[in-house]
Amino acid sequence: MERSLTHIALMAAVLAALAVMPQIALPFGVPITATSLGVMLCGTVLGARNGFLAVLLYLLLGLAGLPVFAGGKSGIGPFMGPSAGFLIGYPITALVIGWLVERTTLPVGWAAGAASVIGGIGVLYLSGIPAMAWVLDISLAQAAFYCGSFLPGDMIKAVLAGVITASLAKARPASLLSRA
Amino acid sequence: MLTLTSPVETPWHRLPAGAKLAALMLFGLLVMASEKLLPIGTAALLVLALYLPGGRLLLAQGARMLWPLWPFALALMVFGWWDGRPGHAGLITLRMLTLVAAANLVTMTTRLTDMLAVFERLARPLAPLLPPRRLAMAFALVIRFVPVMAETTARLRDAWRARSPRRPAWHIVMPVLLGALDIADQSADALRARGGADGSPGGKES
Repeated sequence: MERSLTHIALMAAVLAALAVMPQIALPFGVPITATSLGVMLCGTVLGARNGFLAVLLYLLLGLAGLPVFAGGKSGIGPFMGPSAGFLIGYPITALVIGWLVERTTLPVGWAAGAASVIGGIGVLYLSGIPAMAWVLDISLAQAAFYCGSFLPGDMIKAVLAGVITASLAKARPASLLSRA
Repeated sequence: MLTLTSPVETPWHRLPAGAKLAALMLFGLLVMASEKLLPIGTAALLVLALYLPGGRLLLAQGARMLWPLWPFALALMVFGWWDGRPGHAGLITLRMLTLVAAANLVTMTTRLTDMLAVFERLARPLAPLLPPRRLAMAFALVIRFVPVMAETTARLRDAWRARSPRRPAWHIVMPVLLGALDIADQSADALRARGGADGSPGGKES
């Protein structure tokens, strides 16, 4: 029990560190913020339940005022802005990704990559785009068009989540709670 | 660790956190329900008035916190022009800024610990599922480890920069993760040695 608690807390801290650090380069040199990559990793590393709790814990601390959201933002403001749907969708994203990784018998890297595409793009956009359309009072198509610019980056992040999870499975097989 | 609580003392600092949150929620629902100039304009002026006791410093901090919204304001303008109703786009921009500014004001006038205490109180009905001590421990662990992981990440970025002219790339995520997982295992042992996360000796492994 202590072990799952500290893993949840540490992954929440990793998520915060990835979110606030300056942009990093993806393959092809595209600079991105790594928040959604961190959310995907919470799911692939910790599994459904603990991944969900880690991301939820991160959101609660950010909501309370710890500057852990992208660009050092925090507080209630981001939850009332146009990106609120993405924030609220993060824990569900980790839940779905973790669940998929736990369920499939695919090799862990492929499972993590595929689950990250389904969760990190499918589920996340499903909660982010309608919320944005509502807050900004624009049509769903317009909101989807706006979010479309993030799609290539998110595709690459999903692949990276797979690659990173696969190498983690080699380096620390015991730490991969989703496949424990 | 620095939080966004404003150093400028306002009367709002002394209000209970739960009351401010409840008021904010009500305000949000009312403002989101309206799409006319009169209610939205009134709400905007009200929020501006609430910032005034904090003086110029609080206003400046509030304005800085609204700045990251500019891409949305721009998108609204483009879509508004496209749909042929730019006035509406301006109104929605004002509504967005008003809501976020109000939320930011609550954050700036409430201490982190007070806000966490509200969460812990709200989670109390869940006590059989989630022991309150464990929730408090989880908050404390994250507050402790966020600076640790930020420091680890910064060091890895420095190591990268010392060796490469290019921007630190995604490769640094893996060592960050490894470091975190090692700390997690060590802290779990340390916690267990001290009587477990719930403060009872003989904490069970799961």
